[in-house]
Amino acid sequence: MQNGRDSVVAEIHAAKIVATRVLHRNLEIQLGEYKHMTLMKKLTLGTVIAALGTTAAMADGHGGCTEGRLNIVGNEFPAIQTVAAAAVACAGDDAEANLTADHQKINVAGMTGNPAEYTTAIVANSSIVALINEDVIQPLDDLVAAHGQDIPKQQLITVDGKIMAVAFMANAQHLVYRADVLEQIGADVPTSYEDVLAAAEKIRAEGIMEHPVGGAYAAGWNLAQEFTNMYIGTGGQFFEPGSAQVSINNAQGVEALEMMKALSAYMNPDYLTHDSNATSAEWEAGNVALMNMWGSRTGVLMDDEGSAPEVYENTKVGGPLMVGDSGTPATTLWWDGWTVAKNVSDEDAAATFTAMAAGVSPDILNDETMSQAVWLMEGFEPAPVNEGVLAAVAAGSTPYPMVPYQGLLHTALGDNIADFLQGSESAEQTLADIEAAYTAAAKENGFLQ
Amino acid sequence: MKHKTFFWFVFPSVLLMILFIALPLVSVVTQSLYSKHEQVIVEVENCGPFGCTKATTVDQEATAALEEAEPLGKWAGLDIYKDRNHLAISEVGQAWINADGLPDFGRTLMNLPFYKALGFTITYTAIVTPLTIILGFFIAIAVNSVARAMRGPTIFFSLLPMIVTPLVGSLIIFWMVDARGILGTGLQWLASDPSLSVKASTPLMWAMLMFYGVWHSAPFAFIVYYAGLQTVNQDTLEAAMIDGASRWERIRYVVVPHLAPLTTFIALIQLMDNFRVFEPIISFSAAAHATSLSYAIFNDLGGETRLLSSAAATSVLTIIFVAMLLSPVLVRTWRDFGTQK
Amino acid sequence: MSVATRRPLNVRFLATSFLVLWLIMAAFPFLWTLWGSFKVEGDFFSKADWANSLFGTLTRVETGGAFTGDGYYGAWIQEEFWRAALNTVIVCFFVVTISLTCGTLAGYALSRSTYRYAFWLLLFALIFRAMPPITLVSGYLLPFFEWNLWGHLSTTIIVLVAINQPFTLWMLHSFFKNIPKDLDESAMVDGCTRFQAFRHVIIPVMWPGVITTGLFSFLLAFNDFATTTMLLSKENHTMIPKIFSFLGTTQTKGNVMFAVAAVVSVTAPLFVMILFFQRQIVSGLTAGAVKG
Repeated sequence: MQNGRDSVVAEIHAAKIVATRVLHRNLEIQLGEYKHMTLMKKLTLGTVIAALGTTAAMADGHGGCTEGRLNIVGNEFPAIQTVAAAAVACAGDDAEANLTADHQKINVAGMTGNPAEYTTAIVANSSIVALINEDVIQPLDDLVAAHGQDIPKQQLITVDGKIMAVAFMANAQHLVYRADVLEQIGADVPTSYEDVLAAAEKIRAEGIMEHPVGGAYAAGWNLAQEFTNMYIGTGGQFFEPGSAQVSINNAQGVEALEMMKALSAYMNPDYLTHDSNATSAEWEAGNVALMNMWGSRTGVLMDDEGSAPEVYENTKVGGPLMVGDSGTPATTLWWDGWTVAKNVSDEDAAATFTAMAAGVSPDILNDETMSQAVWLMEGFEPAPVNEGVLAAVAAGSTPYPMVPYQGLLHTALGDNIADFLQGSESAEQTLADIEAAYTAAAKENGFLQ
Repeated sequence: MKHKTFFWFVFPSVLLMILFIALPLVSVVTQSLYSKHEQVIVEVENCGPFGCTKATTVDQEATAALEEAEPLGKWAGLDIYKDRNHLAISEVGQAWINADGLPDFGRTLMNLPFYKALGFTITYTAIVTPLTIILGFFIAIAVNSVARAMRGPTIFFSLLPMIVTPLVGSLIIFWMVDARGILGTGLQWLASDPSLSVKASTPLMWAMLMFYGVWHSAPFAFIVYYAGLQTVNQDTLEAAMIDGASRWERIRYVVVPHLAPLTTFIALIQLMDNFRVFEPIISFSAAAHATSLSYAIFNDLGGETRLLSSAAATSVLTIIFVAMLLSPVLVRTWRDFGTQK
Repeated sequence: MSVATRRPLNVRFLATSFLVLWLIMAAFPFLWTLWGSFKVEGDFFSKADWANSLFGTLTRVETGGAFTGDGYYGAWIQEEFWRAALNTVIVCFFVVTISLTCGTLAGYALSRSTYRYAFWLLLFALIFRAMPPITLVSGYLLPFFEWNLWGHLSTTIIVLVAINQPFTLWMLHSFFKNIPKDLDESAMVDGCTRFQAFRHVIIPVMWPGVITTGLFSFLLAFNDFATTTMLLSKENHTMIPKIFSFLGTTQTKGNVMFAVAAVVSVTAPLFVMILFFQRQIVSGLTAGAVKG
């Protein structure tokens, strides 16, 4: 087991060298300092008090927020709650935030009117494209020049050279494993799905667990996401370059599907109904030893609530998994960030911008908020739970494609892959179905003629 | 009733329906006949915290010009209805020509998303509706014969499946039938098959969805019938009893005819609701095993890129199917209107 | 209940055991929830062993006792569930009142009119009802945002009334048809106007039907998810979207139990309400018996 741990650490170190190309200096320093951090745990309390002090001061003085309207729409997980609360505190009493799981259904409608109901939407790299497609958000270049000089450059999301969003957190899926189980079968920490299959076979053969592999394979969005990871891992391209013409019915597509099916043989028979909540629950129940899971979800798996000590004490995170020999990790990188609506007055846009900039400033980081996400701002101190996401970034993983029609393909994937996994049709047939479903949808949406 | 009086009696209700249902219906039908404009795609470089990647984006200026020219979108006529994700006319035609016998044709048909959804929707409606009505009727008869003091709690417990928020209710049921939940374990014990899992098998998942459907809507039929039973003419019942009618005959010849209009009503509502089956599929994460027309609409509207025209087309098709399904009941109501004159 | 007492023993046994079986089926999931709401999440969704939810193994480990009120505390105090409860009371009250007012008037007129257009009106109401609610609601979004109607309780109330109108119409129409025409027509022969006949003759005998219809309007408003989540702003959320936000897309630990506790606690007032309705429905029995 010690070997396994060391190999991960060694890998992260090796990856760090590669990371120079990919990573911004800031993240890199954090990685480098990670070992020190653990030694300096005692110091963090002091840092936190200092940070709390600044937040309080900011709230009193309304920071650098200008007068105007702020109304936020976004998802409702804790990190976004933190950002929204800080932004609202800065903007003043009239500011509003509508944080709901249904944000994607209302954000376009809420930003279409003039003036827009929502002056900002918090989105991810998959959901920003809908706002760009509908032309409801504005380029932020002028606002950044006027009010956002101190926002680090790596947080700025640019499309065709224009700043469209400011990112504040990162996320990725990576391996989560049970150190005690791997030790029991004498296996190293898997770095590829092939390793996962071998370890799973051993675990089952030794009678430790009947279904040692977990994964969010619920039909729909989750399943499509797993295929997206796997297909990227095999080195496949989703579309013909520069066009909306889909091209997944190829050797890589088949390879990705076959690997998913091979993994599913080691999963709980109900895997097609397991979303990431259900998968986490399986983990906490101690039924699973290896799974590909979101970095944002690993925190709750490693705390002492909801599971037996032998489970949470032995829950460890690894890096992203590889498949085949393409050299690209089978995972996608995600960011969450904020935008500014197009149909608002300049005054409101400036107020929104300054408030949101305060919402994602390093001042929001404190003891409580630090663990909510892998924050992109300076001053973020990674904890062991964050290792997986950082390793995924360092390994040069691919960001989830920010392409206007990726969402249509995602839906088509989610609707069809279950047919193959259940054995009712061939991989080629499934891929052909996906292409046909996507093509019909893309035609309707004007991406294909 | 005079026309004028009738008008004022129905006015508030009709106004609401026109504003909030008829107008949206018109816009949905319109939407389904148009597709989006051509989106002008350009290659760009996107940068962010993870470096820069080559991607594509919509050229807003070029697309805006197209949009200006045709504000409703591109006229598509019935194209969206005919495409693969809906009626799939050409695919079905192909399958019919190439099919190796009827079962093969059926398999190809069920591989098309619309027919797959329709297949489940129709089966669900055909099974759940009659069972709901029958179960509801017997519960109403049984509750009606309970001592009066006990009726309140009995009614309350009978209504529980309908009252408890379906959202959380089905989540709990979903957990209970899990292979390690209490009902799931019970089923395994009954079938003496320790590997039995409702969620892993398509037929069992269908059965569970239908069971849930009956369980959830039986209280509706029950309470309507129960209210109806309160107005059964006691004199007629007594008279029938004096004439020596057995209990069953009294139900058959007095109670059932009295409840007939209510049955029509329940059948109408249940056919319609069952045809729009949606929540259980979501709550039970059953999409891998069963999809319905409403689920298809939800899926079109819930993706990262919303398919408005596709959702509109499926909605219109749903309405048409419901109208076809209800036509026997409607013909009956039509005749009733005729005889009253 | 002279009829009931005269039943033979075996029929009675059959009826009773059928009813008991049904009651178990209907109530068991709820009772299970009630029991589980006093446990921690790990026990409620006991993935390890279903018996954990009976004995509260993890609850003991995490809280020290076999029962915990954490779910209730979290929902009502920490998350201020009472606000949502208050909104629900407002929404339900107005939806039921407005629905029934419009519905009884129209339903009565429809049941008494012999013209064909009454049939067509009913038919269109039915076709309207066939429209999947998700399509309707997503169609509302754009105009509502545009006209600044989005997010208010009043908008949601009107929308819920409208969506429910076809159902109310059909149901009340069926009930009114069961009330003999002679009743109101003889009143009109005595010189009443149509409205007076409605007020003085029909209203007193219509309660069983109206109460039942009202119950459904109430349940619709109470249990509606699609409309309330999409059309209400966060601070105006009613209980169902609030409960849904406890569940969330990314379940934060412990919040699921807030949802479970919230569901259990809102069922209690319903119990009282149904006891009350039950008496109303039964009181209609005499009214119905008069008509013969």
